[in-house]
Amino acid sequence: MSKIHIPTPLRQYVGKQASVEVAGSTVGEAMSALVAQHPDLKKHLYTDDGKLRAFVNLYLNDEDIRYLQKEATALNDGDNISIVPSIAGGRDEDFRFAIFAC
Amino acid sequence: MATTTEIPITLNKDEILRYSRHLIMPEVGMEGQQKLKAARVLCIGTGGLGSPLALYLAAAGVGTLGLVDFDVVDYTNLQRQIIHSTADVGRKKLDSAADKLKAINPFINLRTFDTMLNSSNALELFREFDIIADGTDNFPTRYLVNDACVLTGKPNVYGSIFRFEGQASVFATEEGPCYRCLYPEPPPPGLVPSCAEGGVLGILPGLVGVMQATEVIKLILGVGDPLIGRLLLIDALGMKFRELKLRKNPDCPACGTHPTVTKLIDYNEFCGIRGEEKPVGNGVPEIPVEELKRRLDAKDDLFVLDVREPHEYQICNLGGYLIPLNDLPKRVHELDSSREIVVHCKMGGRSAKAVAFLQQAGFKKVHNLAGGILAWSDKVDPKVPKY
Repeated sequence: MSKIHIPTPLRQYVGKQASVEVAGSTVGEAMSALVAQHPDLKKHLYTDDGKLRAFVNLYLNDEDIRYLQKEATALNDGDNISIVPSIAGGRDEDFRFAIFAC
Repeated sequence: MATTTEIPITLNKDEILRYSRHLIMPEVGMEGQQKLKAARVLCIGTGGLGSPLALYLAAAGVGTLGLVDFDVVDYTNLQRQIIHSTADVGRKKLDSAADKLKAINPFINLRTFDTMLNSSNALELFREFDIIADGTDNFPTRYLVNDACVLTGKPNVYGSIFRFEGQASVFATEEGPCYRCLYPEPPPPGLVPSCAEGGVLGILPGLVGVMQATEVIKLILGVGDPLIGRLLLIDALGMKFRELKLRKNPDCPACGTHPTVTKLIDYNEFCGIRGEEKPVGNGVPEIPVEELKRRLDAKDDLFVLDVREPHEYQICNLGGYLIPLNDLPKRVHELDSSREIVVHCKMGGRSAKAVAFLQQAGFKKVHNLAGGILAWSDKVDPKVPKY
C-alpha cells in the first residue's frame, strides 16, 4: 500500500482526509485507485481524455515523477505520493487549483 | 550574497548596541551585520506575508528595504496583516507599513513604491535590489516576479499560503530552479466559484513570512542551507513539514537552456484574466435585493435557496433553505421546480452558477439574487453582518 497526500483544497473530494491509502504497483495505478475510490476528484486531476493535467505535480516521496519514470514509476510498500498544488496566496479569487474544472 | 556597494559599511555605536545579539554570534558577527546593512531587499506586498517579512528584515538591520504596494488597509486585513493596526484602516498600506518599520529601526533606508508591480516597471525596479521577496497573493504577479527575477538574475524568496497550508522556496538563483521549472503554466481560471474555498488561518502567513525572512537573511549572510532546489510544504493543522526536491528544468521556458521568455509579457492574459473579474451573474435571470424584500413582505410564494457553506450560514443568513453549491447536483430532488426560487450566496457568483445548473435541470422559475447577502446587508438590512 502507498499513501497519497491530499492537499487542503482537494480534501473536500476525499471525505476531508489528509491522506488516502491505496494499492498499486506504479504511481499511475495508485492514482487510478484513488480516483476510483473518490470519483469527484478525477476531473480535478485528469483531462477528459485521461491525461494528468499539466499543472498537477506528483511527487513520489521527495522526487518529482517527471524526473523518474512519470506515471510508470514503480512503487514500494509504504511509499508516499504527494499531489502538489500551485497556490498563489490567500485571496479567494486567486485560488485556482480547486476550481479549475467543473 | 554579493552586493554592489563599494563604500565600506560601518556601524555606529547605537547600531552596535542594537545588533549586539547578532554581533556576538560568529555566524553573523560584525562582517555579517555589515553585509546586512549593505543589502538591498525588495518586498513585493505588505500584506499577510509581507508584514512579518518586512518587520523582521527591518529589525535585523537590512540596510535598504524596498516595499511595493498600492493597496489600502482594510478591516478584514487586520486578522493577519500585523504591520497594520486598527487605526490604519483606510490608509495606504505603504504609509502604514513605513511608520511601523521606521519606528522599529530608524537606521534603515526605506524605499516605498506606491504602484502595482507590472511588466513595464518590474525590471527597472528589481535592478536596484539584490534579493526579491515575493509576498503577493495572485498568479499573474507570481509569474511576473519569477520572470523578472530570472531576467535580472535576482533570487526570488518565495512563500505562498492557502487556508492551513503553505509553501516556501528560493527560486531563480543562478544554479537553482525557478517557479516555472515547477509550474510552467498556471491552472486556467476556474468555473466553479471559489468564495467558499478561500480564507486563511491568520497565523499562517506569519509562519511562512518569517520563513521567507529567514531565507533572505541566510542569502545575505551566505550561511546555512537556503531552500534552493527545495520546496517546503507546511501543514499548520497537522504541524507537519515536508520537503520536496526541485530540479532546474532544462526545458524551462524562463530559465532553461533555450528560454522562450526573453522579456516580460502580459501576465493577466497569460493567467487567463480578462479585465476586472467580478462575481457577475453570467446571463442568468437576476432579482435585486430590494425586490426580494418587497415580495417577501408581500408574502409572495417564493422559495429562498442559499447555496453557501454551512459555516457561512452560521455567520448570517436570510432564513433560506441551505444546499451548498457542490451538493446541489445530488440534492436537486429536494427542490420543487413548480415553485418560484430565488437563489443566493455571499456575493452572487456561486448562486449564478446554481441558477444556470437548475435551468439546465429543467427549472423555469429561478432567479439569482444580485449581489448576494452582502447586497442585502448594504441595501435592505444593515443588521445582517458582512464577512
